[in-house]
Amino acid sequence: MQTPTSARSSRHWFHFSAPSTFYPLAGRAIPWFSALALVLALAGLWIGFAIAPSDAQQGDGYRIIYLHVPTSWMAMFIYVVMAFWSVIHLVWKTRLSALMAQALAPTGAWMALMSLLTGSLWGKPMWGTWWVWDARLTSMLLLFFLYLGFIALTRSIDDPDRADQAGSILSLVGVFNVPVIYFSVYWWNTLHQGASVSSRGSSMASVMLLAMLLMGLAAWMYAIAMTLRRVRVLILQREANTRWVQELTEVAAKES
Amino acid sequence: MSVIRFFGSIVVRDLLLAWRQRGDVLVGLMFFVLVATLFPLAIGPEPAWLLRIGPGVLWVAALLANLLALPRLFQSDWQDGSLEQLLLNPFPVSVMVAGKFAAHWLASSVPLALAAPLLGIQYGLPSAQWLMLLASLLLGTPIITTLGGVGAALTLGLRQGEVLLALLVLPLLAPVLIFGSGAVAAVAAGQSGMAELSLLAAMMCASVFCSPWLAARALRLAIE
Repeated sequence: MQTPTSARSSRHWFHFSAPSTFYPLAGRAIPWFSALALVLALAGLWIGFAIAPSDAQQGDGYRIIYLHVPTSWMAMFIYVVMAFWSVIHLVWKTRLSALMAQALAPTGAWMALMSLLTGSLWGKPMWGTWWVWDARLTSMLLLFFLYLGFIALTRSIDDPDRADQAGSILSLVGVFNVPVIYFSVYWWNTLHQGASVSSRGSSMASVMLLAMLLMGLAAWMYAIAMTLRRVRVLILQREANTRWVQELTEVAAKES
Repeated sequence: MSVIRFFGSIVVRDLLLAWRQRGDVLVGLMFFVLVATLFPLAIGPEPAWLLRIGPGVLWVAALLANLLALPRLFQSDWQDGSLEQLLLNPFPVSVMVAGKFAAHWLASSVPLALAAPLLGIQYGLPSAQWLMLLASLLLGTPIITTLGGVGAALTLGLRQGEVLLALLVLPLLAPVLIFGSGAVAAVAAGQSGMAELSLLAAMMCASVFCSPWLAARALRLAIE
């Protein structure tokens, strides 16, 4: 498919797309992202819980927002990133991009679940109920199921090549459907019952916003660190029989 | 043989196969009727209630009955090896898949859609509502067949493939359910319901256009 000249120029671009070169790079990057996540989370929690004032309407109960909003953002964002890697995989057939998508999925599912859980913990004191069939809640629940479907599909196919491609096709279908699901649920909700629960009342103080943004960045760094850890495991599983894996110090130390 | 004649021959072949196995279609119909029958038993036979829940219940029942038929799309061809032969022919695989989709829709979904008004009458729906139910089912079931067909191709030959298919496809089909039952509910509320019907038609166009290509890609994987 590729002419010799394009192969030479693409060697640079795809240098880290080979698992053997990406594995050590990811290993070096994980401590940095983990540390960043920790520092940002500590700063965000400190500002959010110690410095930010109580909300005029919701008292101190609103403070779960510092977990709720970042996880909701990440749950939606990670699916788009997953679809991005899937498209790369379908077009260029790079193995690593499919592994990235598979490594992202559990973190995305976890974020969606956390968003639902913190939301219901928040909803009980504020609205008096754990769960409403509100548009945002329902679409997040469906997104959670989409993640679970992706994970279940890729795990239940034994042939790695087929698992990669099937996962890529599924997340491609999903990423076109997610906006449709989002808007349909929204319209369905406004058709049948007025959206009474989405009004938040007061606009946000800048300290609160700062804390939320810090927590959002922390969640982002956490997701990157977790994904890189998981992709390293996936690489080791896939490439267990290759020479470079056998020669890794951590693998060689285990076997001796 | 032109592409269009190839498409036609696939449709005719699959319809003939479906006719020889007409029991399968009947099983789907019976499932549909049974699920619709269970709701008045569980909730109570009060006519005002049934009128209220009728559109939603019938749409969910139709969705589940269609889902039940989906694994059949490629299963028997895959088991007896004729799917490999079909993949070997010189025409684009997506055309073959589109032909199978069309035949499957005609054989499985159209009978269900035609049976729905009868159940609608049993639920006490007035004629404007069950006509809208028929129209929304005729527009919505092609989405179930094509989008679900991608899922059927992805899960072909897997352990617990049918359950996995439901997990993959049901969240994606939520909009179809919402707009389909929403169209009937809009008629019940005195509106035209055309907005929901148009959205359903738009989704149908997108799904019919994109799905055969994706399903063809997934099928080639399943065969290799």
